[in-house]
Amino acid sequence: MIKTDVVIIGAGPVGLFAVHQLGIKGLKSEIIDNLDKAGGQCIELYPDKPIYDIPAVPECSGKSLTDNLLKQIKPFGSTFHLKERVQEIKDEKGTWVVKTNKNKIFHTPNIIIAGGVGSFEPRKLPLKSLTKFEDKSVFYSVTDKNLFKNKKISIFGGGDSALDWALEFSNYSKVTLIHRREEFRGTPHTLKELEKLKKKGKISIKTPFQIKSVNEGEKLKFVEIENYDEKTENIETDVILGFFGLIMQLGPIAEWGLSMSKKTIEVNTQNFETNKQGIFAIGDICSYPGKLKLILSGFHEAALASVECFKRARPNEKYKFQFTTSSKEIQDRLGIKK
Amino acid sequence: MPKITYIDQKGISQTFNVENGLTVMEGAVQNNVPGIDADCGGSMACATCHVYVEESWFNRLPAAEDAEKDMIDMAYDPKKNSRLSCQIIVSDEIDGLIVTTPEKQT
Repeated sequence: MIKTDVVIIGAGPVGLFAVHQLGIKGLKSEIIDNLDKAGGQCIELYPDKPIYDIPAVPECSGKSLTDNLLKQIKPFGSTFHLKERVQEIKDEKGTWVVKTNKNKIFHTPNIIIAGGVGSFEPRKLPLKSLTKFEDKSVFYSVTDKNLFKNKKISIFGGGDSALDWALEFSNYSKVTLIHRREEFRGTPHTLKELEKLKKKGKISIKTPFQIKSVNEGEKLKFVEIENYDEKTENIETDVILGFFGLIMQLGPIAEWGLSMSKKTIEVNTQNFETNKQGIFAIGDICSYPGKLKLILSGFHEAALASVECFKRARPNEKYKFQFTTSSKEIQDRLGIKK
Repeated sequence: MPKITYIDQKGISQTFNVENGLTVMEGAVQNNVPGIDADCGGSMACATCHVYVEESWFNRLPAAEDAEKDMIDMAYDPKKNSRLSCQIIVSDEIDGLIVTTPEKQT
Protein backbone atom coordinates (compact mmCIF):
# COMPACT_ATOMS: atom_id res chain seq x y z
CA MET A 1 0.00 0.00 0.00
CA ILE A 2 1.31 3.43 -0.99
CA LYS A 3 0.26 6.54 0.97
CA THR A 4 0.45 9.81 -0.88
CA ASP A 5 -1.05 13.32 -0.95
CA VAL A 6 -2.38 12.98 -4.49
CA VAL A 7 -2.83 10.21 -7.04
CA ILE A 8 -2.72 11.56 -10.58
CA ILE A 9 -4.36 9.45 -13.27
CA GLY A 10 -2.80 10.19 -16.65
CA ALA A 11 0.76 11.23 -17.47
CA GLY A 12 -0.06 13.56 -20.35
CA PRO A 13 1.11 17.18 -20.29
CA VAL A 14 -1.63 18.25 -17.89
CA GLY A 15 -1.00 15.38 -15.44
CA LEU A 16 2.72 16.19 -15.54
CA PHE A 17 2.13 19.86 -14.83
CA ALA A 18 -0.12 18.88 -11.91
CA VAL A 19 2.95 17.21 -10.36
CA HIS A 20 4.66 20.59 -10.58
CA GLN A 21 1.83 22.62 -9.09
CA LEU A 22 1.43 20.12 -6.24
CA GLY A 23 5.19 19.86 -5.79
CA ILE A 24 5.79 23.56 -5.28
CA LYS A 25 3.14 23.44 -2.55
CA GLY A 26 5.07 20.63 -0.87
CA LEU A 27 2.63 17.86 -1.83
CA LYS A 28 3.77 14.39 -2.89
CA SER A 29 2.08 12.74 -5.85
CA GLU A 30 2.08 9.37 -7.61
CA ILE A 31 1.23 9.25 -11.29
CA ILE A 32 -0.39 6.31 -13.09
CA ASP A 33 -0.65 5.80 -16.86
CA ASN A 34 -1.60 2.90 -19.10
CA LEU A 35 1.07 3.72 -21.69
CA ASP A 36 4.68 2.66 -21.31
CA LYS A 37 5.93 6.25 -21.24
CA ALA A 38 4.89 9.72 -20.10
CA GLY A 39 3.40 12.23 -22.53
CA GLY A 40 -0.09 10.92 -23.28
CA GLN A 41 -1.54 11.88 -26.65
CA CYS A 42 1.42 14.20 -27.29
CA ILE A 43 3.73 11.20 -27.39
CA GLU A 44 1.40 8.52 -28.66
CA LEU A 45 -0.48 10.38 -31.37
CA TYR A 46 1.64 13.29 -32.50
CA PRO A 47 5.20 13.25 -31.11
CA ASP A 48 6.52 15.13 -34.16
CA LYS A 49 3.62 17.43 -34.91
CA PRO A 50 4.34 21.06 -34.11
CA ILE A 51 2.28 22.79 -31.40
CA TYR A 52 2.00 26.59 -31.66
CA ASP A 53 -0.15 27.62 -28.73
CA ILE A 54 1.88 26.98 -25.61
CA PRO A 55 2.37 30.41 -24.01
CA ALA A 56 5.90 31.78 -24.54
CA VAL A 57 6.85 28.73 -26.63
CA PRO A 58 6.31 29.80 -30.26
CA GLU A 59 6.72 26.26 -31.55
CA CYS A 60 7.42 22.86 -30.03
CA SER A 61 6.69 19.20 -30.73
CA GLY A 62 4.69 16.82 -28.55
CA LYS A 63 7.98 15.11 -27.73
CA SER A 64 9.84 18.26 -26.71
CA LEU A 65 6.88 19.52 -24.68
CA THR A 66 6.87 16.23 -22.77
CA ASP A 67 10.64 16.23 -22.29
CA ASN A 68 10.57 19.76 -20.93
CA LEU A 69 7.73 19.02 -18.54
CA LEU A 70 9.58 15.96 -17.26
CA LYS A 71 12.63 18.15 -16.68
CA GLN A 72 10.51 20.76 -14.91
CA ILE A 73 9.03 18.21 -12.45
CA LYS A 74 12.23 16.28 -11.83
CA PRO A 75 12.93 18.00 -8.46
CA PHE A 76 9.72 16.59 -7.01
CA GLY A 77 10.66 12.95 -7.53
CA SER A 78 7.15 11.68 -8.22
CA THR A 79 6.92 7.97 -8.91
CA PHE A 80 5.52 6.93 -12.28
CA HIS A 81 3.44 3.76 -12.43
CA LEU A 82 3.42 3.08 -16.17
CA LYS A 83 1.64 0.35 -18.14
CA GLU A 84 -0.87 0.35 -15.33
CA ARG A 85 -4.50 1.32 -15.31
CA VAL A 86 -6.63 2.38 -12.36
CA GLN A 87 -9.32 -0.23 -12.03
CA GLU A 88 -11.38 0.92 -9.08
CA ILE A 89 -11.61 3.59 -6.44
CA LYS A 90 -13.50 3.50 -3.19
CA ASP A 91 -14.09 5.76 -0.24
CA GLU A 92 -12.85 4.38 3.10
CA LYS A 93 -13.76 6.81 5.89
CA GLY A 94 -12.81 9.89 3.92
CA THR A 95 -9.71 8.39 2.32
CA TRP A 96 -9.71 7.37 -1.31
CA VAL A 97 -8.44 3.87 -1.96
CA VAL A 98 -7.17 3.49 -5.52
CA LYS A 99 -6.52 0.07 -7.00
CA THR A 100 -4.75 -0.62 -10.31
CA ASN A 101 -5.05 -3.59 -12.66
CA LYS A 102 -1.72 -4.80 -11.25
CA ASN A 103 -3.24 -4.81 -7.76
CA LYS A 104 -1.22 -1.86 -6.55
CA ILE A 105 -3.12 0.02 -3.83
CA PHE A 106 -2.87 3.71 -2.97
CA HIS A 107 -4.37 5.60 -0.03
CA THR A 108 -4.86 9.30 -0.67
CA PRO A 109 -7.09 12.26 0.19
CA ASN A 110 -7.00 13.47 -3.43
CA ILE A 111 -7.32 11.99 -6.89
CA ILE A 112 -6.68 14.12 -9.95
CA ILE A 113 -8.03 12.61 -13.15
CA ALA A 114 -6.05 13.98 -16.08
CA GLY A 115 -7.06 11.17 -18.38
CA GLY A 116 -7.45 12.98 -21.70
CA VAL A 117 -9.91 11.05 -23.82
CA GLY A 118 -9.27 7.89 -21.83
CA SER A 119 -6.57 5.25 -21.71
CA PHE A 120 -4.96 3.82 -24.79
CA GLU A 121 -6.10 0.26 -25.52
CA PRO A 122 -5.50 -1.92 -28.57
CA ARG A 123 -8.23 -1.74 -31.17
CA LYS A 124 -9.95 -5.06 -31.64
CA LEU A 125 -11.33 -6.97 -34.58
CA PRO A 126 -15.00 -6.12 -35.21
CA LEU A 127 -16.34 -9.60 -34.45
CA LYS A 128 -18.19 -10.34 -31.21
CA SER A 129 -17.63 -14.08 -31.47
CA LEU A 130 -13.87 -13.51 -30.95
CA THR A 131 -14.26 -12.30 -27.37
CA LYS A 132 -14.37 -15.81 -25.92
CA PHE A 133 -11.08 -16.66 -27.63
CA GLU A 134 -9.28 -13.55 -26.41
CA ASP A 135 -5.95 -14.18 -24.65
CA LYS A 136 -6.28 -17.87 -25.58
CA SER A 137 -6.15 -17.86 -29.36
CA VAL A 138 -6.88 -14.25 -30.24
CA PHE A 139 -4.27 -11.62 -29.35
CA TYR A 140 -3.73 -7.93 -29.97
CA SER A 141 -0.11 -7.82 -28.84
CA VAL A 142 2.75 -10.25 -28.45
CA THR A 143 4.14 -10.73 -24.97
CA ASP A 144 5.54 -14.24 -25.31
CA LYS A 145 6.84 -15.31 -28.71
CA ASN A 146 6.78 -18.98 -27.69
CA LEU A 147 3.00 -18.97 -27.85
CA PHE A 148 3.33 -18.50 -31.59
CA LYS A 149 5.76 -21.30 -32.43
CA ASN A 150 4.73 -24.05 -34.87
CA LYS A 151 1.25 -22.66 -35.24
CA LYS A 152 -1.06 -21.64 -38.03
CA ILE A 153 -1.28 -17.89 -37.51
CA SER A 154 -3.63 -15.43 -39.19
CA ILE A 155 -2.36 -11.88 -38.82
CA PHE A 156 -4.72 -8.98 -39.54
CA GLY A 157 -3.46 -5.48 -40.25
CA GLY A 158 -1.25 -3.63 -42.72
CA GLY A 159 1.10 -1.55 -40.60
CA ASP A 160 4.52 -1.98 -39.04
CA SER A 161 3.45 -4.25 -36.18
CA ALA A 162 1.52 -6.60 -38.45
CA LEU A 163 4.42 -6.79 -40.92
CA ASP A 164 7.18 -7.18 -38.36
CA TRP A 165 5.44 -10.03 -36.56
CA ALA A 166 4.46 -11.66 -39.86
CA LEU A 167 8.14 -11.73 -40.85
CA GLU A 168 9.26 -12.98 -37.44
CA PHE A 169 6.69 -15.75 -37.14
CA SER A 170 7.19 -16.94 -40.72
CA ASN A 171 10.52 -18.33 -39.48
CA TYR A 172 8.81 -21.05 -37.48
CA SER A 173 5.08 -20.91 -38.15
CA LYS A 174 2.63 -20.92 -41.04
CA VAL A 175 1.62 -17.29 -41.43
CA THR A 176 -1.26 -15.79 -43.39
CA LEU A 177 -1.24 -12.00 -43.54
CA ILE A 178 -4.66 -10.50 -44.19
CA HIS A 179 -5.20 -6.83 -45.01
CA ARG A 180 -8.16 -4.79 -46.23
CA ARG A 181 -6.27 -3.24 -49.19
CA GLU A 182 -3.34 -4.07 -51.49
CA GLU A 183 -0.91 -1.55 -50.02
CA PHE A 184 1.02 -2.20 -46.83
CA ARG A 185 2.57 0.49 -44.68
CA GLY A 186 6.09 -0.37 -43.63
CA THR A 187 9.72 0.55 -44.12
CA PRO A 188 11.09 -0.18 -47.63
CA HIS A 189 13.28 -2.88 -46.09
CA THR A 190 10.33 -4.64 -44.44
CA LEU A 191 8.27 -4.47 -47.62
CA LYS A 192 11.15 -6.00 -49.60
CA GLU A 193 11.51 -8.83 -47.09
CA LEU A 194 7.79 -9.49 -47.26
CA GLU A 195 7.93 -9.70 -51.05
CA LYS A 196 10.85 -12.16 -50.82
CA LEU A 197 9.04 -14.44 -48.38
CA LYS A 198 5.91 -14.33 -50.49
CA LYS A 199 7.88 -15.42 -53.58
CA LYS A 200 9.49 -18.28 -51.64
CA GLY A 201 6.03 -19.35 -50.48
CA LYS A 202 6.99 -18.83 -46.84
CA ILE A 203 4.08 -16.53 -46.20
CA SER A 204 0.60 -16.28 -47.61
CA ILE A 205 -0.83 -12.82 -48.25
CA LYS A 206 -4.54 -12.21 -48.66
CA THR A 207 -5.63 -8.76 -49.88
CA PRO A 208 -8.06 -7.02 -49.97
CA PHE A 209 -9.68 -9.21 -47.37
CA GLN A 210 -11.30 -8.67 -43.97
CA ILE A 211 -12.49 -11.05 -41.28
CA LYS A 212 -16.06 -12.32 -41.68
CA SER A 213 -16.47 -15.11 -39.13
CA VAL A 214 -14.78 -17.91 -37.22
CA ASN A 215 -15.85 -21.47 -36.52
CA GLU A 216 -18.31 -22.30 -33.75
CA GLY A 217 -17.19 -24.26 -30.70
CA GLU A 218 -14.55 -23.91 -28.04
CA LYS A 219 -11.44 -24.28 -30.16
CA LEU A 220 -10.41 -21.93 -32.94
CA LYS A 221 -10.01 -23.88 -36.19
CA PHE A 222 -10.48 -21.44 -39.03
CA VAL A 223 -11.30 -17.88 -39.96
CA GLU A 224 -13.54 -16.96 -42.82
CA ILE A 225 -12.37 -13.90 -44.73
CA GLU A 226 -14.20 -11.88 -47.32
CA ASN A 227 -13.20 -9.38 -49.99
CA TYR A 228 -15.13 -6.40 -51.35
CA ASP A 229 -16.76 -8.60 -54.02
CA GLU A 230 -18.12 -10.82 -51.23
CA LYS A 231 -15.84 -13.67 -52.23
CA THR A 232 -15.04 -15.69 -49.12
CA GLU A 233 -12.25 -18.06 -48.15
CA ASN A 234 -11.58 -20.20 -45.08
CA ILE A 235 -8.09 -20.09 -43.58
CA GLU A 236 -7.02 -22.84 -41.19
CA THR A 237 -5.97 -21.01 -38.04
CA ASP A 238 -4.76 -21.81 -34.51
CA VAL A 239 -4.05 -18.23 -33.52
CA ILE A 240 -5.36 -14.84 -34.65
CA LEU A 241 -3.30 -11.70 -34.19
CA GLY A 242 -4.82 -8.27 -34.87
CA PHE A 243 -2.82 -5.05 -35.19
CA PHE A 244 -4.99 -1.98 -35.59
CA GLY A 245 -3.14 0.50 -33.41
CA LEU A 246 -4.41 2.00 -30.21
CA ILE A 247 -7.69 3.66 -29.38
CA MET A 248 -8.56 5.83 -26.43
CA GLN A 249 -11.23 4.43 -24.16
CA LEU A 250 -12.68 5.88 -21.02
CA GLY A 251 -12.74 2.43 -19.42
CA PRO A 252 -13.43 2.08 -15.67
CA ILE A 253 -13.59 5.87 -15.05
CA ALA A 254 -17.18 5.79 -16.33
CA GLU A 255 -18.15 3.49 -13.46
CA TRP A 256 -16.99 5.61 -10.52
CA GLY A 257 -20.24 7.50 -10.01
CA LEU A 258 -18.88 10.79 -11.31
CA SER A 259 -21.32 13.04 -13.14
CA MET A 260 -20.47 12.80 -16.78
CA SER A 261 -21.61 14.43 -19.97
CA LYS A 262 -20.57 13.11 -23.39
CA LYS A 263 -17.57 11.09 -22.18
CA THR A 264 -16.27 14.00 -20.07
CA ILE A 265 -16.42 14.62 -16.32
CA GLU A 266 -18.33 17.65 -15.02
CA VAL A 267 -16.36 19.92 -12.68
CA ASN A 268 -16.75 23.31 -11.03
CA THR A 269 -14.44 26.03 -12.26
CA GLN A 270 -13.29 27.15 -8.83
CA ASN A 271 -11.12 24.12 -8.07
CA PHE A 272 -12.05 21.57 -10.76
CA GLU A 273 -13.53 19.20 -8.23
CA THR A 274 -16.09 16.68 -9.51
CA ASN A 275 -19.33 15.77 -7.76
CA LYS A 276 -17.19 13.69 -5.38
CA GLN A 277 -15.09 15.50 -2.78
CA GLY A 278 -11.39 14.99 -3.30
CA ILE A 279 -11.74 13.83 -6.89
CA PHE A 280 -10.69 16.39 -9.46
CA ALA A 281 -10.74 16.29 -13.25
CA ILE A 282 -8.48 18.48 -15.38
CA GLY A 283 -7.45 18.70 -19.04
CA ASP A 284 -9.41 17.25 -21.97
CA ILE A 285 -11.41 14.92 -19.74
CA CYS A 286 -13.22 17.65 -17.80
CA SER A 287 -16.11 19.79 -18.90
CA TYR A 288 -17.64 23.05 -17.69
CA PRO A 289 -19.33 25.95 -19.46
CA GLY A 290 -16.86 27.42 -21.94
CA LYS A 291 -14.34 24.57 -21.70
CA LEU A 292 -11.63 24.59 -24.38
CA LYS A 293 -9.65 21.43 -25.02
CA LEU A 294 -6.29 23.16 -25.02
CA ILE A 295 -3.12 22.17 -23.20
CA LEU A 296 -2.85 25.67 -21.76
CA SER A 297 -6.35 25.41 -20.25
CA GLY A 298 -5.30 22.14 -18.63
CA PHE A 299 -2.29 23.86 -17.03
CA HIS A 300 -4.56 26.47 -15.46
CA GLU A 301 -6.93 23.77 -14.23
CA ALA A 302 -3.98 21.91 -12.65
CA ALA A 303 -2.91 25.03 -10.76
CA LEU A 304 -6.35 25.64 -9.28
CA ALA A 305 -7.03 22.00 -8.41
CA SER A 306 -3.68 21.79 -6.59
CA VAL A 307 -4.80 24.48 -4.14
CA GLU A 308 -7.81 22.46 -3.04
CA CYS A 309 -5.64 19.32 -2.89
CA PHE A 310 -3.36 21.18 -0.48
CA LYS A 311 -6.27 22.16 1.77
CA ARG A 312 -7.47 18.56 1.89
CA ALA A 313 -4.03 17.00 2.39
CA ARG A 314 -2.93 19.55 5.04
CA PRO A 315 -6.16 20.45 6.88
CA ASN A 316 -4.23 21.95 9.80
CA GLU A 317 -2.03 24.24 7.72
CA LYS A 318 -3.05 27.52 6.18
CA TYR A 319 -2.62 27.74 2.44
CA LYS A 320 -0.57 30.72 1.37
CA PHE A 321 -0.23 31.79 -2.22
CA GLN A 322 3.40 32.26 -3.27
CA PHE A 323 5.34 33.20 -6.39
CA THR A 324 8.21 31.05 -7.63
CA THR A 325 10.21 34.22 -8.25
CA SER A 326 10.27 35.25 -4.61
CA SER A 327 9.41 32.29 -2.38
CA LYS A 328 12.44 30.78 -0.69
CA GLU A 329 10.29 27.78 0.25
CA ILE A 330 9.35 27.02 -3.34
CA GLN A 331 12.90 27.55 -4.54
CA ASP A 332 14.12 25.04 -1.95
CA ARG A 333 11.56 22.53 -3.17
CA LEU A 334 12.80 23.11 -6.69
CA GLY A 335 16.34 22.48 -5.45
CA ILE A 336 17.56 25.91 -6.55
CA LYS A 337 20.89 26.88 -5.02
CA LYS A 338 21.80 30.53 -4.81
CA MET B 1 -23.77 27.60 -47.59
CA PRO B 2 -23.24 23.97 -48.71
CA LYS B 3 -25.60 21.35 -47.32
CA ILE B 4 -24.17 18.13 -45.87
CA THR B 5 -26.35 15.15 -45.01
CA TYR B 6 -25.39 12.73 -42.26
CA ILE B 7 -27.22 9.39 -42.07
CA ASP B 8 -26.83 7.02 -39.12
CA GLN B 9 -27.04 3.21 -39.09
CA LYS B 10 -30.76 3.33 -38.29
CA GLY B 11 -31.29 5.36 -41.45
CA ILE B 12 -32.05 8.60 -39.63
CA SER B 13 -30.91 11.45 -41.81
CA GLN B 14 -29.99 14.99 -40.77
CA THR B 15 -28.97 17.80 -43.11
CA PHE B 16 -27.05 20.89 -42.03
CA ASN B 17 -25.64 23.97 -43.65
CA VAL B 18 -21.89 23.78 -43.11
CA GLU B 19 -19.62 26.74 -43.74
CA ASN B 20 -17.08 26.57 -46.54
CA GLY B 21 -13.62 25.69 -45.25
CA LEU B 22 -14.82 23.61 -42.32
CA THR B 23 -14.41 19.84 -42.51
CA VAL B 24 -17.30 17.39 -42.71
CA MET B 25 -16.19 16.23 -39.22
CA GLU B 26 -16.42 19.78 -37.81
CA GLY B 27 -19.86 20.17 -39.39
CA ALA B 28 -20.93 17.03 -37.53
CA VAL B 29 -19.42 18.01 -34.18
CA GLN B 30 -20.87 21.55 -34.29
CA ASN B 31 -24.32 20.13 -34.94
CA ASN B 32 -24.04 17.30 -32.40
CA VAL B 33 -24.38 14.57 -35.02
CA PRO B 34 -24.13 11.29 -33.12
CA GLY B 35 -21.71 8.62 -34.34
CA ILE B 36 -18.75 10.88 -35.08
CA ASP B 37 -16.43 10.94 -32.07
CA ALA B 38 -13.42 12.83 -33.50
CA ASP B 39 -11.29 12.00 -30.45
CA CYS B 40 -8.10 13.55 -31.82
CA GLY B 41 -9.79 16.73 -33.00
CA GLY B 42 -8.90 16.40 -36.67
CA SER B 43 -5.20 15.58 -36.63
CA MET B 44 -5.78 12.32 -38.56
CA ALA B 45 -4.57 10.28 -35.63
CA CYS B 46 -7.55 8.32 -34.36
CA ALA B 47 -9.98 7.21 -37.11
CA THR B 48 -13.03 7.96 -34.94
CA CYS B 49 -14.60 10.33 -37.48
CA HIS B 50 -14.85 7.51 -40.02
CA VAL B 51 -17.74 7.75 -42.48
CA TYR B 52 -18.95 6.01 -45.62
CA VAL B 53 -19.36 8.37 -48.55
CA GLU B 54 -22.29 7.66 -50.83
CA GLU B 55 -20.97 5.95 -53.98
CA SER B 56 -21.97 8.71 -56.41
CA TRP B 57 -20.01 11.19 -54.33
CA PHE B 58 -16.98 9.07 -53.48
CA ASN B 59 -15.18 9.50 -56.80
CA ARG B 60 -16.00 13.18 -57.00
CA LEU B 61 -14.09 13.99 -53.82
CA PRO B 62 -10.36 14.69 -53.96
CA ALA B 63 -8.71 11.29 -53.32
CA ALA B 64 -7.52 10.35 -49.84
CA GLU B 65 -3.82 10.79 -49.07
CA ASP B 66 -1.78 7.74 -48.08
CA ALA B 67 -1.76 8.81 -44.44
CA GLU B 68 -5.55 8.90 -44.42
CA LYS B 69 -5.74 5.43 -46.00
CA ASP B 70 -3.29 4.15 -43.38
CA MET B 71 -5.53 5.52 -40.67
CA ILE B 72 -8.67 4.03 -42.25
CA ASP B 73 -6.94 0.63 -41.86
CA MET B 74 -7.45 1.14 -38.14
CA ALA B 75 -11.13 2.13 -38.36
CA TYR B 76 -14.05 -0.05 -37.36
CA ASP B 77 -15.43 -1.96 -40.37
CA PRO B 78 -13.79 -0.04 -43.21
CA LYS B 79 -15.32 -0.37 -46.67
CA LYS B 80 -14.39 0.67 -50.19
CA ASN B 81 -16.11 4.02 -49.73
CA SER B 82 -14.60 4.78 -46.32
CA ARG B 83 -13.19 8.22 -45.59
CA LEU B 84 -12.18 10.20 -42.53
CA SER B 85 -14.61 13.09 -42.30
CA CYS B 86 -11.88 15.34 -40.86
CA GLN B 87 -10.15 15.19 -44.23
CA ILE B 88 -13.11 16.23 -46.36
CA ILE B 89 -13.17 20.01 -46.64
CA VAL B 90 -16.52 21.62 -47.27
CA SER B 91 -16.82 23.73 -50.42
CA ASP B 92 -19.52 24.66 -52.93
CA GLU B 93 -18.33 21.72 -55.07
CA ILE B 94 -19.51 19.24 -52.45
CA ASP B 95 -22.84 20.92 -51.73
CA GLY B 96 -25.30 18.05 -51.19
CA LEU B 97 -22.73 15.49 -49.99
CA ILE B 98 -24.22 12.48 -48.20
CA VAL B 99 -22.23 10.48 -45.66
CA THR B 100 -23.25 7.54 -43.48
CA THR B 101 -21.79 6.94 -40.05
CA PRO B 102 -20.61 3.41 -39.18
CA GLU B 103 -22.26 1.18 -36.57
CA LYS B 104 -19.66 2.43 -34.11
CA GLN B 105 -16.30 4.16 -34.20
CA THR B 106 -14.13 1.79 -32.17
